Amino acid sequence: MEFKDKLLDTYIAFEEELGPKDSIQKLRSQALKTFENLGFPTKKLEAWKYTSLNSLLQNDYLLFPKSEKAVELNQIKHAFLYEIDTYKVVFIDGVHSPFLSDTTHDGLDVCLLSAALSKPKYKKLIDTYFGSVADTDESMTALNTTYAREGAYIYIPPSVVAEKPIEIIHLSTGDQGAVWLQPRNLIVVDTNAQVQIVERHQSLKEHPVVTNCVTEIFAHPEALVDYYKIQNDMDSASLIDNTYIAQDKNSHVSVHTFSFGGKITRNNLNFYQNGEHINSTLKGITLLQEKQHVDHYTLVHHAQPNCESHQDYKGIFSDRSVGVFNGKILVDKIAQKTNAFQQNNNIILDDKAKVNTKPQLEIFADDVRCSHGCTIGQLDQEALFYLRSRGIPKKEAKALMTYAFANNVLESVQIPTLKKKINKLIANKLGVNLGFDL
Amino acid sequence: MLTIENLHAEIDDKGILNGIDLDVKAGEVHAIMGPNGSGKSTLSSVIAGNEDYEITQGSILFGGEDIHEMSPEERSHKGIFLSFQYPVEIPGVSVTNFIKTALNAQRKAAGEEDMPAAAMLKKIREKSSLLGIDSKFLSRSLNQGFSGGEKKRNEIFQMAMMEPKLAILDETDSGLDIDALKIVADGVNALKTPNNATIVITHYQRLLDYIIPDFVHVLYNGKIVKSGTKELAKELEAKGYDWIKKEVAG
Ligand SMILES: Nc1ncnc2c1ncn2[C@@H]1O[C@H](COP(=O)(O)OP(=O)(O)O)[C@@H](O)[C@H]1O
Ligand SMILES: [Mg+2]
Repeated sequence: MEFKDKLLDTYIAFEEELGPKDSIQKLRSQALKTFENLGFPTKKLEAWKYTSLNSLLQNDYLLFPKSEKAVELNQIKHAFLYEIDTYKVVFIDGVHSPFLSDTTHDGLDVCLLSAALSKPKYKKLIDTYFGSVADTDESMTALNTTYAREGAYIYIPPSVVAEKPIEIIHLSTGDQGAVWLQPRNLIVVDTNAQVQIVERHQSLKEHPVVTNCVTEIFAHPEALVDYYKIQNDMDSASLIDNTYIAQDKNSHVSVHTFSFGGKITRNNLNFYQNGEHINSTLKGITLLQEKQHVDHYTLVHHAQPNCESHQDYKGIFSDRSVGVFNGKILVDKIAQKTNAFQQNNNIILDDKAKVNTKPQLEIFADDVRCSHGCTIGQLDQEALFYLRSRGIPKKEAKALMTYAFANNVLESVQIPTLKKKINKLIANKLGVNLGFDL
Repeated sequence: MLTIENLHAEIDDKGILNGIDLDVKAGEVHAIMGPNGSGKSTLSSVIAGNEDYEITQGSILFGGEDIHEMSPEERSHKGIFLSFQYPVEIPGVSVTNFIKTALNAQRKAAGEEDMPAAAMLKKIREKSSLLGIDSKFLSRSLNQGFSGGEKKRNEIFQMAMMEPKLAILDETDSGLDIDALKIVADGVNALKTPNNATIVITHYQRLLDYIIPDFVHVLYNGKIVKSGTKELAKELEAKGYDWIKKEVAG
């Protein structure tokens, strides 16, 4: 049986299991139809021209793995910001781990989507937000909606500043063979509220795992959301991430995506600006080796006047790795005085590595400032010579330059511990010890 | 210390150095002067091991050893230092972290442990004060947003930290006002010992009022066309380079 058929056939039993308390039954059955019609995206679609999921669809994945096995804290500590106090919502093979989590309802909600989807007191919120910004015509999103059951649910009430960062961590153990995970996160940041969120997907050993994740973020007027995605998974793990962000007036949302590994990673990152004076920031460092493949597909929809967006993606590619960047900026006719900036710079360290980069500007307003630029190059030989002439061996010199190249993306990371951690990850990736924390 | 014989070098099949002979002994200061484009920076790059240039003829010996096949880092470990005409910016890496990395790389090559943090700090303090560099400067990203003068001063700071046997200063005076020039020259002079040597590359004789050369060479079209003492620099200052060009042509 093809994996698609399995996904379709499984639904009836799944629906029965959820029962009548399920708040989003209607959305699910619509989404199922959409997925049935569209199927998995193929390279024939313009948006998936450079990324094929074929190699992922050969396995027979377990859709609802059970997680009974306890995980040793030491084994997974590295996936957390353990040096500082954080709220944590942790899932093992898609199932919530109360032992590893640190949730709250005290002044803000950091808890489970499963609770929000089944308890009457959340019904109104779910009706208002769930699925309301996600693209219902996108097949992977539809597939996620069909089976969405677990993930993080975060609500920050008006004028509340979350005093510590929130970590959303999805671990996969590899104890149950090939697994297909579909986490769903819903994040509502109310008027003038502030939050920092770190999201991570991590396999504990090499095994085929595909995570098809959907996150919806609602930033109300004056809200401030700072979101970090760490994608540094094992070589057999793939991630299809769909993040949808709806912003109201005067809100600031930034998303940093650190893509350092995994088999195939596809990031669909969508910003919708629904008020004036909105600021959207999209930054990323992609640092790949071997045959790793990362595809960033971004959309910023400027639908109101006087807003800004800043995109800055850096890519460094070794071996036979592949990077794709497609950045779409859509400026509606009424969105005058838009200021949209997009930059994608890439360094190729080996002949066999490949980068495809494309800005896609659709501008219907006349009074806008839009700038974009993409470059694909090699490490600057003159700079390399400079470092080596100071006695720094070639490998370390290259690492320093790579770091310097990506530095302006790191600079805007607002959680110092996280910044340090990412520096370490970069140094590890580059296989160097420079004698100081990058 | 440094013996260059009949050195020819080219880039993209274009000959730039066309037979250079130069002998620098420990304790000496040599000045190399010459009009723009004559090959001064190329010569210093080739000595420091820039792989972009191909040596087609001749030899470079350092301490009696043929360094032709050595990488830039190996040459640095042997004690060659080049102060760049155009130092490179390294965002996100502070001056301090950079020099620590360089110094410890040098020690590692010599089979030594990393320098203890306290000793490193002391040395950094000592050498930075010699060049009038304050601690705020040391925590800035290497060369990023530095003025021309700050870049050059930072080059000499690195030289002071690395204590090379042979220092090549490529137009270290350009972009410096007279006060900065004096600080840099004092720094270079303070680092002088009977065991090390300096090659000062400059366009103007101004710097040579402060760093007194034992020998002055004129480089033109990739060849040393005239050598002399510091009087030659004065003559060049007064008469310009045209008479040399004429001499070479005639
Ligand atoms: N990387 C290079 N590629 C091509 N030509 C070069 C390169 N470097 C230097 N040259 C040429 O070599 C000549 C000497 O340059 P340079 O050594 O910089 O001279 P100087 O330092 O004396 O001004 C010039 O004609 C310059 O254009
Ligand atoms: Mg020059």
